[in-house]
Formats: sequence, C-alpha cells, structure tokens
Amino acid sequence: MARVLLFGRLADVAGWREREIPARSLADLRGRIAAEDPALFEALQAPAVRTAVDQELVSLDVALAPDSEVAFLPPMSGG
Amino acid sequence: MIRLTQAPFDPGQALGEFCRDRQETGAIASFTGLARAEQGRTDILELEAYPGFTEREIGRHEADAVARFSLQDVLIIHRTGPIPPGEAIVFVATAAPHRRAALEACDFLMDYLKSRAPFWKKETGPDGARWIEPTDRDRDDLARWETT
Repeated sequence: MARVLLFGRLADVAGWREREIPARSLADLRGRIAAEDPALFEALQAPAVRTAVDQELVSLDVALAPDSEVAFLPPMSGG
Repeated sequence: MIRLTQAPFDPGQALGEFCRDRQETGAIASFTGLARAEQGRTDILELEAYPGFTEREIGRHEADAVARFSLQDVLIIHRTGPIPPGEAIVFVATAAPHRRAALEACDFLMDYLKSRAPFWKKETGPDGARWIEPTDRDRDDLARWETT
C-alpha cells in the first residue's frame, strides 16, 4: 500500500489529492492508475512531471514499501 | 533560514529583525514579492507546498547561495494557502560583508524560487481558475546563473 499525493493541476485532473493505492513498485502503481483513471495516467506521463518517493526525487522505477509515500509533482513555481 | 507561513507577514518587520545585532555585516539585500490583481483578472492566488519536501529543497539552494556568494545569513519567508492581491508572497533577505554578494545572492535565490522551488500556484478570477507554471522568461532568468 502506498500513500499517493497529487499536487497542483494533477489533483484537479484526478479529483483527489491523497489516496492509498496498493502497489509494489512505481511501475505497478502507474499500471494501476492507468487501469483506473486514464486521464490521470496521461497527465502523469508528461516529461515535466517529477516523482518523489518518501520525499526524494526518483527518475527510475523503484520498489515501494508498504508505508511508502509517492508524490507526483507537476512543474513548480513559487514567488 | 526558511519559514513557510499560511498567515500574512510584514516584510518590513522581517527586514528590521534580520538587520538587528550585526557587527560584521556590511550589506543586506532584500526582495519582497507581492500578489498582483492583474487588472481585475485575479481575485485570489493560491500556493500549495509539499510540507517537509519544500523546505528541504529550498534549503539545498539556500546552502548553494551561501557557498557561492559567501553569505553570512539568509532568510526566506514564503506564503502558502490563499493570498489576496497586495499581500506579500515571498521575502528574501541576504547578509554579506559587501553589497555585490548580497544583491546577487538575493537575485539568484529569487530566480530559483520562481522557477524551481516546490510550490504550485493557482490564480482564481472572474474567468475561473488556472495553474501558473514557470514561463520561458523565468527559465531564462535561472539559466543566467548556470554559465557564470
């Protein structure tokens, strides 16, 4: 089970901000999202969307622990 | 130091406190960013952060700025949540022995905050809501620091 967090416009696309999704790896998680919500899956595929696992940015597939936190981060802009 | 706050803050007071009790600082530069009304197109700006992650990522760039410009001190205050036009969104202050380092470090930190810091910004106005993403101009501003 991973705690999945969506930020910015991704939360608008999905209609949720935080959800528990059973997944053993990032690839597994993406597969589950693709099956359940193709529009969200499509939005997550954008190259500018970055992924953090337990608050560390990752670029490849990684295994997820039962209490992992996965965050999908669209382009960031402060100030 | 980085402070994220949901509540409005007074940039003048922040600068006053930052200037206090310094014996070896010759220069303090500061920048204050305010929420704009965009001629009535924006009623409210909303900033979302990723608590923990946002502070750590900004902290890495703060450490970069300290090393690159030999700063003595840095203060960054960033609002989150809903912000009406006219209120301060961001405040950056830098302290150094001399002015050039303080001014350049302040500029460097703002370019980073505008285009890379983990915040997500939504503008809501009469025409609805839209997410604001970094512009080409923001990216060009940041690129200035990669060649020097």
